[in-house]
Amino acid sequence: MYYDVIFSGFGGQGVLLIGDILAQAAMLENRHVTWMPSYGVEIRGGAASCTVVISSQKIGSPITEEPCGLLAMSKPALLKFQHKVKKGGLLVVNTSFVEPEMITREDVIKICLPASEISYRETGDYKMANAVLLGAFVSLSRVVTLQGMEEALGVFFKEEKQKLLPLMIKALQYGSEFVCAGMNGDG
Amino acid sequence: MSERKILRGCVALAEGAIAAGCRFYFGYPITPQNDIPEYLSARLPQVEGVFIQAESEIASINMLLGAAAAGARAMTSSSGPGISLMQEGLSYMAGSELPGLVVNITRIGPGLGGIAASQGDYRQATRGGGHGDYHLIVLAPNSVQEMYDLTIKAFYLADKYRNPAMILSDAILGQMKEPLSLDPPPLVLPEKPWALTGARGRKAQLIKSLYLADGEMEQHNWHLHEKYRRLEREEVLVETDLEEKMEVLLVAFGSCSRMVHSAVELARSRGIRVGFLRPVTVYPFPRQALREVSREVGKVLVVEMNTGQMWDDVRLSLYPGCRAGLLARPGGGIPAPGQILAEIENLVKAGDGIDESVYQA
Amino acid sequence: MALTKVFTRPDSLRDLDFHFCPGCHHGTAHRLICEAIDYHGIKKKTIGIPGVGCGVFLYNYFDLDVCEAPHGRAPAVATGFKRVLPQNIIFTYQGDGDLGSIGMSEIIHTANRGENITVFFINNSVYGMTGGQMAPTTLPGQKTTTTPYGRDFRTEGYPIRMTEMLAPLEGVAFAARVSLHTPSQVKKARKAVLRALDIQLKNGGFSFVEFLCACPTNWGLSPRQCIEKIDKEMLQAFPLGTYKDRQGS
Repeated sequence: MYYDVIFSGFGGQGVLLIGDILAQAAMLENRHVTWMPSYGVEIRGGAASCTVVISSQKIGSPITEEPCGLLAMSKPALLKFQHKVKKGGLLVVNTSFVEPEMITREDVIKICLPASEISYRETGDYKMANAVLLGAFVSLSRVVTLQGMEEALGVFFKEEKQKLLPLMIKALQYGSEFVCAGMNGDG
Repeated sequence: MSERKILRGCVALAEGAIAAGCRFYFGYPITPQNDIPEYLSARLPQVEGVFIQAESEIASINMLLGAAAAGARAMTSSSGPGISLMQEGLSYMAGSELPGLVVNITRIGPGLGGIAASQGDYRQATRGGGHGDYHLIVLAPNSVQEMYDLTIKAFYLADKYRNPAMILSDAILGQMKEPLSLDPPPLVLPEKPWALTGARGRKAQLIKSLYLADGEMEQHNWHLHEKYRRLEREEVLVETDLEEKMEVLLVAFGSCSRMVHSAVELARSRGIRVGFLRPVTVYPFPRQALREVSREVGKVLVVEMNTGQMWDDVRLSLYPGCRAGLLARPGGGIPAPGQILAEIENLVKAGDGIDESVYQA
Repeated sequence: MALTKVFTRPDSLRDLDFHFCPGCHHGTAHRLICEAIDYHGIKKKTIGIPGVGCGVFLYNYFDLDVCEAPHGRAPAVATGFKRVLPQNIIFTYQGDGDLGSIGMSEIIHTANRGENITVFFINNSVYGMTGGQMAPTTLPGQKTTTTPYGRDFRTEGYPIRMTEMLAPLEGVAFAARVSLHTPSQVKKARKAVLRALDIQLKNGGFSFVEFLCACPTNWGLSPRQCIEKIDKEMLQAFPLGTYKDRQGS
């Protein structure tokens, strides 16, 4: 298997972190994986993004021109990367920050969810929006298991951050269930 | 069972240094290598090591010179302009036969250039860089695992040959995270009877690179030369992935070789017979391996993130009659696998023999 | 009649003829440092780091471990040594071009870190080894091979007073300027060298001794005239004295 995905948004939204968590989960499931943050001039202007490549084979390039998936948490993120997504690929968009009509791609699978509102409603904190989107991404792409994701979360949320762990898991599960419900609804 | 972790390249390199017994770091901040000093400023005190933020790269390299002359495993790290400032000290270290590690997480030059990934320091690294007749031992990792492994290796080679070693890396490898096994070889610190520790129980010793008497300097340079010849005979590291009846051989080093690896997979999936050769030590350069491999293949494509610095070494090494083209990206852009594939296909179509031409992206 | 030996070559100084020019004070400075090393009994744990200049040949004369340093960088090299070998005694021996010009950054920052090393600074107001060019310590009006009309402060600036510059830094425990041009001054210089090494032995911090010295060859003067020049001119520009001595450290 091979899968590459770009997580992108504003600095502070936690897109690098969810990339990290995905990479950790992939490693725990014995996959080859690379995590590459945006760098150079790209890091100016408060934008943040990372590319995660997961494969059953040794990985060459840690960057991608045509990702299988894009998780966009901000308007600039969507505008910068949506045209790159592979035909038939996956687009996960945080509609708390992006109007759905900005999505111009018709040839990809689109998941739109107001992750920030959902995060606040489910956990009492806006900050888990990244986990909501990650949950949606993972359950659709199936690059790792949800169980693997929860195990990976445990690596990042320990000691003084441990109290956030149940909230992150809740947000992750909500994102996943949102997708499952939506897919079922669409029939 | 070795410990498996996901680490950033710069952190893996720092852990490799700790695993190699390095307990002294001297450095000055410069992007994109700051993860190394920041990490070691916290890590070294945990292992009774010393971290000094020096006043300049010039001071850094000379602190390294002093620590090395005192017999310690020690290192510095920097990027582009900072490495340029270190060249005088590196020349002194090579001339005085002092081991030590210098890490170059390269950025684009010349001048202030930029902080994106580049391989534009290849020539400076492999030719010596400073004044005089010398070489550094230069290792070019292409994965986070190698950032760790080759750092350990570099310390051993530096001590073995009493010569400064360099890790030639870049922002891609420094910033990216990958799983790696932290599985260091048993720590064996060599005896250093030449080190200066005070003349207790022995005669006073001297470490210097000044030779003024008739013929002394020539003799010293021949001595150094013999060391470099021995390195070329015994310490070349090269990765190859070859096929029968190759149509094209790809040559790349460092991070760039990762994109080439992907392009090779793409080409093979289209039925093109491609080989791949990666110098792991860029000095000593794998001349012999390249000569032998190129005997079987008429066309070579070098891919580099500069205007063709390693290309020179490749052309010096090829079997007579074999020609090498170049795909160059000297501006911080990364040669994408698709772009490399297109050049491979062009080369295959080009028929017998090729111009030694530069394919500009 | 039994004779008693009252004066001898220090054990740390090898039995060799100096290559220094007649009237040069490097030899006197060498001797004072070696006497102090013998006095403190630290010959077996002392490492000397000469800069680049006439002083580099210290490695021929001192019977100690010696490491050469690039021009101006001896304090950085000494820092590397001292951090690896904190129990050893580390000193640098630098000229005015080495320390006050190309190596200004290293000396200031090494002093400011309070590195527990000792720096011996030979100030003869001229570049000796390279043939008499202007040094940062060249006196106003002094002719050198690169100030053939005399140093003009309007275009070449003023002599730099290193001891005064370093003494106020928090990391500096001891800073003194001495001269080697008369026997009584040599006696004072001996005390300063002893004190500087004593401070290092007690982990007191950075210690610094500046020696006013003659360079007869490049000044174009006889040794006797050199002594007069030091007395009349150099002492004006570079007042002698202990500028700092952090007691009880």
